[in-house]
Amino acid sequence: MSRPNPSYEGSRRQKFMQWLKGEYDPSEGKLETTEPDTSLFTDSEYHEIHLYLRNEYADNEEHFRRGVRKHLTRIQKLYRLMAVITAIFMTVLLLWAVSYEPSYGDPNAPENNEVATRYIEHGLAETGAINIVAGMILDYRAFDTFGESCVLFVALCCVLILLRVDADEEAGSHAREAMFDRHFEPKNDIILQRMCRVLVPAIVIFGIYVVLNGHLSPGGGFSGGAIIGTGLILYLTAFGFANTERFMTEKVARLFSVAALTFYCFAKSYSFYTGANHLPSVISTGTPGAILSAGLIVYLNICVGIVVACTMYSFYVLFRKGGY
Amino acid sequence: MSLIQNFPFFTIILSMFSGIISFILNGKAAKWLHLLMTAAVLVMSLVTLNWCMVNNVSYTFMMGHFPAPWGNEIRVGTLEALMAVFFALLMLLSVLGGIANLDRDVQDSKKNLFYSMLDLLMASLLALIYTNDLFTAYVFIEICTLTACGLIMIQKSGRNYVSAIRYMIMSQIGSGLFLIGLSMLYSVTGHLLMTPASEALAQLAKSGSFDVPLEVILILMTVGLAVKSGLYPFHTWIPDSYGYTTPTSSAILSSLVSKGYIFLLIKLFYRTLDFNGLENGKLLDILFVLGIVGMIMGSVDAIREDNLRRMTAYSSVAQIGYIFMGIGLGTTAGVEAALFHMVSHGAMKALLFVCIPDLVDVSGGRADRAGLTGAARRNRFAGFAFTVGAMSMVGIPLLTGFVSKYLFAAAATGALRTKMLTAWIALAISTTLNCVYFLRVVLAIYTPAPEKEALAEGAAHSPVERTAMAGLIALNFALGVASPPVVWAIRSGLSMFS
Amino acid sequence: MGSSIYTNYEEIAAVLLFVIGFLNLLIQPNLVKKIIGLDVMDAAIYLFLAAKGYIAGRTAPIVTDGILSADHYINPIPAGLVLTGIVVSVSVSAVMMALTICLYREYRTLDLDEILVMLQEQETAQLQRIQRDEREGRSA
Repeated sequence: MSRPNPSYEGSRRQKFMQWLKGEYDPSEGKLETTEPDTSLFTDSEYHEIHLYLRNEYADNEEHFRRGVRKHLTRIQKLYRLMAVITAIFMTVLLLWAVSYEPSYGDPNAPENNEVATRYIEHGLAETGAINIVAGMILDYRAFDTFGESCVLFVALCCVLILLRVDADEEAGSHAREAMFDRHFEPKNDIILQRMCRVLVPAIVIFGIYVVLNGHLSPGGGFSGGAIIGTGLILYLTAFGFANTERFMTEKVARLFSVAALTFYCFAKSYSFYTGANHLPSVISTGTPGAILSAGLIVYLNICVGIVVACTMYSFYVLFRKGGY
Repeated sequence: MSLIQNFPFFTIILSMFSGIISFILNGKAAKWLHLLMTAAVLVMSLVTLNWCMVNNVSYTFMMGHFPAPWGNEIRVGTLEALMAVFFALLMLLSVLGGIANLDRDVQDSKKNLFYSMLDLLMASLLALIYTNDLFTAYVFIEICTLTACGLIMIQKSGRNYVSAIRYMIMSQIGSGLFLIGLSMLYSVTGHLLMTPASEALAQLAKSGSFDVPLEVILILMTVGLAVKSGLYPFHTWIPDSYGYTTPTSSAILSSLVSKGYIFLLIKLFYRTLDFNGLENGKLLDILFVLGIVGMIMGSVDAIREDNLRRMTAYSSVAQIGYIFMGIGLGTTAGVEAALFHMVSHGAMKALLFVCIPDLVDVSGGRADRAGLTGAARRNRFAGFAFTVGAMSMVGIPLLTGFVSKYLFAAAATGALRTKMLTAWIALAISTTLNCVYFLRVVLAIYTPAPEKEALAEGAAHSPVERTAMAGLIALNFALGVASPPVVWAIRSGLSMFS
Repeated sequence: MGSSIYTNYEEIAAVLLFVIGFLNLLIQPNLVKKIIGLDVMDAAIYLFLAAKGYIAGRTAPIVTDGILSADHYINPIPAGLVLTGIVVSVSVSAVMMALTICLYREYRTLDLDEILVMLQEQETAQLQRIQRDEREGRSA
């Protein structure tokens, strides 16, 4: 029975048996290992990184010891005591208030008044949105929502101030950030890349669907934008900056966000201005249920979606590397 | 509706738009855009103020096509317009007054972001002033908090990061309390706009239902805003945040940001939560007591502090105490005094924070009293500006600080007997303490120090900064000499509130 | 205590979560845990609002089958407020995390108490340096 099968050599079965015995590694030669990329940095620079990282961990240990030894000063203890007392007091206060609130699920609670009724009964006619919540936040209470987009914008500005590595930063910080990024992040992982080829288009298309149908179904600019942003982040994780920078640079993100917010600002200013001065508005609500209906809502959702997607992606990039 | 009535809305949208556009401009263009925007806001607010005073009316402005209980609204009256004028003026002067330091302290590549923040801060302050909607107020409170945090950390250093995160933690506690109070208020009234909510509250008060939640809501919202504005026991973040960042940021944080929250609180008391009903409650008494404690403890901390900027920051704690003491008196006169003090404290603190760095520059970077000896002789103009600011803080006649102290003392006469006596005694103690710590610095900076003459080389000679400082000095004198029109405007604006 | 305490379980849970988040934000020395506390606090408020918007036996406020009666849908306003609130809380968390990253780079620790102690030490050292310089200047 030991007659060698000529087709056995190099067959899948043989490879499988070898893999079982541990003689063969299917990923061999197909995965990039963490060999230093000598084209990026010289050996001495790599040595420096390793020293830096080792010191960092040593520092941590030292801090940990110090933290254990650290005894809190009297003021800190008092502060803690006060915080706990405040918390207990607040629990009692809030529970006391809740116990007199209208009960859960009560249709006659004071909040279910003419305001909510009008949003539901006339919302479709007045805003054209099937999703009443979208109609409410983007038409009845649009000023709040514009403010909300600006909060996100302000947060982006803050994070840029804190983390963006600019040309006028102290020398070498850009290179250091890049080194750290190379050191920690996954590199050309084949499983991740294969899965991303399938998942990323689906995620992005789903995000676009959620944005475009914000006035027709649950969803809207924020949720859809967050989904698109997640897709982009996944793509970046799998394929690295060299690939994403072909279409998503800081300039693109910046221009898109500003263009979207500017459109939002002008569109809403027009509607506030005409509304307050009782002027006729040229914006029509369209056919309820159609994709291009509900007046400005669909465009505003697109704007919010763009802003959120760019912001989420920028947050990730800035947290990871300090720049695009 | 006449075009002028649209101006408040234009100011808000204009400042928001400038903030957005500054994101893609370079630093210099963003700076010019910011200055032009603030000037435009100032002019438009002046026109609005004039219109409101001439016609003696207030009006609401629909943000959209839907009227009061359904759509967002802003409300404009004399008091709002007056505050907008002062906020825009102080913003303009603070930025101009610290412009050379800004160029030095802020990285070139991040200047546009800084001006973007300033624009949005202006927008959020204007929205806090004008809003007639509680939820809009919450959203713009958050913009205000985040931009203020950006102003603190714009000068990147470990110390500023620490103060920024401490500021964020305290602010978020305040926002959380405010938001849960707002949610409860919504759940018992069903309205988010101030006017319908106050009508619903009046009915609830008549029928006696939901008394307990209403009391808790009042506590939560007041404490939330008090935490954010830095009332005494919640003041721990103030000295660090005001003390080490770039002077423009310190001036704006202390003279505008905390005032925005207090103005919102006063508006809430008057327009929603029924101020006259509050007089019977314990809440105003608590605010009064905390205000008094803040007045004295802030000054005591200032005396113990040697660093000039931190000392001035502690003095802000005391001044916030004054304002809450005025509100806590429980009379309309008290609130008027508090409103006047908001304006005058803004003028004084902006002046002090803007001129202190010039004194520090001619003292080799030393900000302690010993190091500052003779600084006013090396930079005479900054020394004069500091002296004016300090005198105003102490309450020397002809300066604005005197008028606000006088108004507080006069307002106390109308309050309850115990409150009157306590307020007078506290005013006296606090003024004495003010004298101690400000005059001692004034004496130090005028003491001759011949061995330091060489440091005078570093004196700043920026004409823009000097003009701005001169403007702030003039504002201090103007508010001190010609206070009656301002007081009258505050009074008539406050009577329009209810 | 009022009678609603036996029906408002959602609100009670929200209130307890709020206090847990609040306490974490105040007394955790670790900055990341503080941010988690903040998020718990915000989430508690959204739970409270969502509970307030619910009406027994009604559906989500999206017009289905052309029914336009207010008796058929729950209150849409709390949902809108929660949407806005979530964006605000995302922004605040992002800024605080960025600050935490910067603080870690500067001080190599996430413990705020420890950072404050280090700041104090720095300040004392600076003061001592100034005093020493002054003494030397005087003697010279």
